[in-house]
Amino acid sequence: MAETELDQVSGKTTTGHQWDGIKELNTPLPRWWVLTFYATIIWAIGYWVVYPAWPLLWSNTTGLINYSSRADVGVELANLEKIRGDKMVALGAASLEDIEKDPALLALARARGKAAFGDNCAPCHGSGGAGAKGFPNLNDDDWLWGGSLEQIQQTIQFGARSGNAKAHEGAMLAFGKDGILKKDEIVTVANYVRSLSGLPTSQGYNAAAGAKLFADNCSTCHGENGKGNQDLGAPDLTDKIWLYGSDQATVIETITNGRSGVMPAWVGRLDPSTIKALAVYVHTLGGGK
Amino acid sequence: MNKIVQIDPDQVEDVGPLYAARKKVYPQKVSGTFRRIKWGLMAFCLGVYYFLPFVRWNRGLGAPDQAVLIDLPNSRFYFFFIELWPQEVYYFTGLLILAAITLFLMNSVGGRIWCGYLCPQTVWTDLFYAVERLVEGDRRERMKKDASAHRWTLERISELVLKHSIWLLIAWWTGGAWVLYFTDAPTLVKELVTFQAPAIAYIWIAILTTTTYLLAGFMREQVCVYMCPWPRIQAALTDEWALNVTYRYDRGEKRMSVKKANDLRALGQHAGDCVDCYQCVAVCPVGIDIRNGPQLDCIQCGLCIDACDNVMKKINRPTRLIGYDNDINIQRRIEGKAPIYRIVRPRTIIYTAMIALVGGIMLYTLATRSLLDINVLHDRNPVAVKLSDGSIRNAYTVRFLNKRGFDRVVAIDIDGPQDAKLHVVGGDSITPDRPMIVLGRDGTTELRVLVTAPSDRNPEKSIPVKFRVTDIGLGEVASATDNFVAP
Repeated sequence: MAETELDQVSGKTTTGHQWDGIKELNTPLPRWWVLTFYATIIWAIGYWVVYPAWPLLWSNTTGLINYSSRADVGVELANLEKIRGDKMVALGAASLEDIEKDPALLALARARGKAAFGDNCAPCHGSGGAGAKGFPNLNDDDWLWGGSLEQIQQTIQFGARSGNAKAHEGAMLAFGKDGILKKDEIVTVANYVRSLSGLPTSQGYNAAAGAKLFADNCSTCHGENGKGNQDLGAPDLTDKIWLYGSDQATVIETITNGRSGVMPAWVGRLDPSTIKALAVYVHTLGGGK
Repeated sequence: MNKIVQIDPDQVEDVGPLYAARKKVYPQKVSGTFRRIKWGLMAFCLGVYYFLPFVRWNRGLGAPDQAVLIDLPNSRFYFFFIELWPQEVYYFTGLLILAAITLFLMNSVGGRIWCGYLCPQTVWTDLFYAVERLVEGDRRERMKKDASAHRWTLERISELVLKHSIWLLIAWWTGGAWVLYFTDAPTLVKELVTFQAPAIAYIWIAILTTTTYLLAGFMREQVCVYMCPWPRIQAALTDEWALNVTYRYDRGEKRMSVKKANDLRALGQHAGDCVDCYQCVAVCPVGIDIRNGPQLDCIQCGLCIDACDNVMKKINRPTRLIGYDNDINIQRRIEGKAPIYRIVRPRTIIYTAMIALVGGIMLYTLATRSLLDINVLHDRNPVAVKLSDGSIRNAYTVRFLNKRGFDRVVAIDIDGPQDAKLHVVGGDSITPDRPMIVLGRDGTTELRVLVTAPSDRNPEKSIPVKFRVTDIGLGEVASATDNFVAP
């Protein structure tokens, strides 16, 4: 090893490095720092032994205490269920009507329902249930499949055209695409449908022809007066609410191509008390019957 | 022009380290007026701090019966007859403003009254010094023991163990009293001694035991000199009329022995009263010489006044060679004029007026504050809903606040769109025309409220809607305004 040089001014040794005549003083890291550093390395070895650490070909070393963050999540979730415990049991046991009558159960159901709605329903129906074109607004009092508590619960459980055996079935036929009605007939019946809810009709529209076309083709599902049929999901055509839009072009489009929106079934994906809470939540948004 | 200077390392003068090490202070025992005042205030302050949590105050069934309680889990603050909610935190702002102005007023009247008599750092340090004196002896003995070469005798060690044990006991009691303000005190004491108390209680006691032990036992005057901002602030706030602990150098100088002074006085000449006995320095808890004039380190505890008075009595000279005074009076005495004291002056009048104003506003708002309140939050998605008959409905989340200690029945009304219908979800089955609900005691109730404007009266644009809640029994009314939005 090279000879150590002593700096006269500071009384310290130099490292032997020199740049343009400037020498570097040897100022090592404090001993406590170095020892702490070594201690952390030793500590890390302990980690390898105790905790999962080294990747293997298909898995990893599990460590002495067999720790798993996934198992931790399971414990947390189980704890959550335990905390909710009695309250959620009470919610599961009570009938939908009783929940709405009991302020404490109602508050619980609305809170649970709101959370579940945000997680599962909001993508289509909007965070506040305002809906969108083709996705019903759940705040209003117009219901395709019925707005009573039981009907809402039924719809959430099994959905509409969801493929579930108990799902709501029934679709708006594609009268134009399938050649049932001609183009001018579709325009006439579209005018008639618009007139049912008091919307203006286009010039030269033959009301009698429209009524006949409606009676022949539409009244089976929508009823003679166009009041709809909730068993078939056929909307009331006389009210002010339009799922796809009320302008002439949209109505023509609907009659030409048909409509069959899908609501998934939630039974099996959400537990029964959560579905109950959701039914109460949707019912109390304001439009429940 | 730059000149290259060669510095010979041997010629560089060593000025020593820039750091001044602390000189340990050994305050001597003293008795007198200000010492008595300090004992009294210490007993009062510590008494209030240690025993206040045990004072009971009946608030009725279901409410805590502790007079002063900071109930964090339930977000309530109780002070005797006052109960504050988190949204009323501005009362604490008011208290802080009051505290600041009171500090300013004290300062403009009598200097650092806070520092010398009331500050926790002073009170606890004073107590710790008293313990130290009791166990180890007075100033001289303590200095001798610390300096002695053979100091690690069994006697000395047992003395130190005893001192630190008493200190730790006081510190532990200090931390213990602190946690009692946050939950029911008798219950917590029972839990603490049976080791059933929550971990957080022990942690806080440990933290405050440590801080008390370190700050009062070891840091002492360094907290005042180096850590505390108040000495700097008070130096900026003081004025020439403020009375501070002052060495009256007009009387004291020139310092000389009693005998020499008597000789000079016999000749009719001026002689200083200060006999240079250093008693004022010996008793000082921050280790300064007050005769050097007003200084940042001085906490103005008045103990040097007592020490000097005792000496003056012994040598038959008038007391208060050191006293509460100011430079103006010293100057006046030198000029042969009578001293004047001006406690009432614009500064003190303004501070007093400010205290009265802030205190008055706080009292007024406290006395007239509403114990019933209502908050309204409009639905955001959707803001308005069209119903099948064409009418428009807006939905609101309404939160009712009942700050009274009992349940009460309230009615809800609205002033908004003409002929609008009001519907409270889950709350209006008994009286559909005027919804009435029950508000639980000391809490909030959140309900969904629907307002529907009939189809022939749809507002063309947004109009304000006022929600009013009326206590049926007491007639108390609260209201909040939001908007009824047309789509």
